Amino acid sequence: MAILVFAETADKKIKKSSLEAVSYAAAMGGDVVAVVLGQVEGGELDKIGTSGGTKVLHADDAKLNEGVIQAYASVLAEATGKAGADTVVLAKSSLGDAVAARLSVKMGAGLVSNVVALPQGNKVKRSIYTGKAFANVELKGSKKIIAIKKNAVPLKTDGGAAVVEKFAPSLSDTDFKAKITSQEKAKGKVLLPEADIVVSGGRGLKGPENWGMVEELADALGAATGCSKPVSDMDWRPHHEHVGQTGVKVSPSLYIAIGISGAIQHLAGVNSSKYIVVINKDPEAPFFKAADYGVAADAFEVVPKLTEAIKALNN
Amino acid sequence: MKILVCITHVPDTTSKIAFTDGNTKFDSNGVQYIIGPYDDYALARAVELKEQTGGTITVLNVGTVETEPTLRKALAIGADDAIRVNVAPADSFFVAAQIAEVAKAESFDLILMGRESIDFNGGMVHGMVGELLGIPSISPVMKLDVEGNKVKMTREIEGGKELLEAELPLVAGCQEPIAEWKIPNMRGIMSARTKPLKVVEPSAVDGLTVTENYELPPAKGQVKMIDKDNIGELVRLLKEEAKVI
Repeated sequence: MAILVFAETADKKIKKSSLEAVSYAAAMGGDVVAVVLGQVEGGELDKIGTSGGTKVLHADDAKLNEGVIQAYASVLAEATGKAGADTVVLAKSSLGDAVAARLSVKMGAGLVSNVVALPQGNKVKRSIYTGKAFANVELKGSKKIIAIKKNAVPLKTDGGAAVVEKFAPSLSDTDFKAKITSQEKAKGKVLLPEADIVVSGGRGLKGPENWGMVEELADALGAATGCSKPVSDMDWRPHHEHVGQTGVKVSPSLYIAIGISGAIQHLAGVNSSKYIVVINKDPEAPFFKAADYGVAADAFEVVPKLTEAIKALNN
Repeated sequence: MKILVCITHVPDTTSKIAFTDGNTKFDSNGVQYIIGPYDDYALARAVELKEQTGGTITVLNVGTVETEPTLRKALAIGADDAIRVNVAPADSFFVAAQIAEVAKAESFDLILMGRESIDFNGGMVHGMVGELLGIPSISPVMKLDVEGNKVKMTREIEGGKELLEAELPLVAGCQEPIAEWKIPNMRGIMSARTKPLKVVEPSAVDGLTVTENYELPPAKGQVKMIDKDNIGELVRLLKEEAKVI
């Protein structure tokens, strides 16, 4: 039985988190059919094969370029039938969650999100209490949807070529009733939930004018930038950069916190990171207890030095 | 406008998470329960919308009798009446099906709830309710305005936001900064005691998933402190020990 993967796109490129979902499905075994909706740049579909996919269903329709929640759910339901799939894997995201919920009702499929590892039979392990615990959950029926967290499995890079098949789903006007009228996106930046490395700043940076230092370090590392809740509340940074309990939850390989004391609500958003570096001038900051590496010193002194050292390493 | 706000009854964000009965039950000992923070945003926006356009706010929870103080708090904040579906929530689909049953009977114009609960973090119930009722579901919504039958929303996407328009009825999963949390005042608290709280029995639906047990993450090892004059050592550790750069 084939496994269907919802391969989400951003700016006509397949998201890295979705390629991880392809690798996850490949590791489950069997045929992996990835569904790509809307137009994409040349060469993008090849990444499905490299990541472990065997087939691509590509609905190359400009009407699907934007993530219309209801339409995507209907198209994916149609694709499960076409591919003969009873399992769907996707990466957790603001669109993925919204689409998966509707899809699960259409399919009558059990749905588990925030999954952190490969399934054991019908059981999956999911993160709960905002990363403070895990639950082992059994999916009861034969139909299931698994929404994975970033870093649930390593991204496969040595897969073969996937067969690309055009797919012309039936689109219904009722699915386009909620209309997207415009989008605003930060250009050319690494997306926070997608990033392997995240550099975040807190109130210790004293003001939005000092963010250049955070961005330079992020650029040197190819990282995304984040911030603590007070920083986004004070409008120093946009809300989509707020990392924490009520903001974005990240699970990168490396999280670097600069001038963030480590309130429990912030830790909830970052505790799934593989490694945490904390830079804070207060040696008693609670964040050090959650860190792997710490520097108890003034960020204005340490961060530029760290950026220089990373740049030297890259050269 | 008839607004339904669905709320969760969840441990306070500062709660220590622990389990009992061989890791099969959440340890509620000493835990303070609150309205889910995201649901609290949804409720606050509902109160603002009611102030602007009139109408009623019904607040709903799927849960056993322990959740009633949380429903009373929502009444104190500004809901007009409350419904408790008398059953422990089994999974997202189970909860969504209970909400949809209530909604079918009452025909609400707008159904609001938090983008996700802070206990299970599924973020799925609003979408499932939308699908069960055959109406649009939008999440995570950070701004929502109603003009007549038209709803204008701002939805957060990775790295930015998008603007949407739709017509009532619809379901929205809410998050900040859709509204400021409201703290109940004394008059609200007094009036909440006498506002109607209806208990309805659940409809026969099976959940599609079963939680078998829980576990806590492994304890974090000791932090390695690095001297500020030896940042090269931090870079070396990140490269050679952690292998993340």
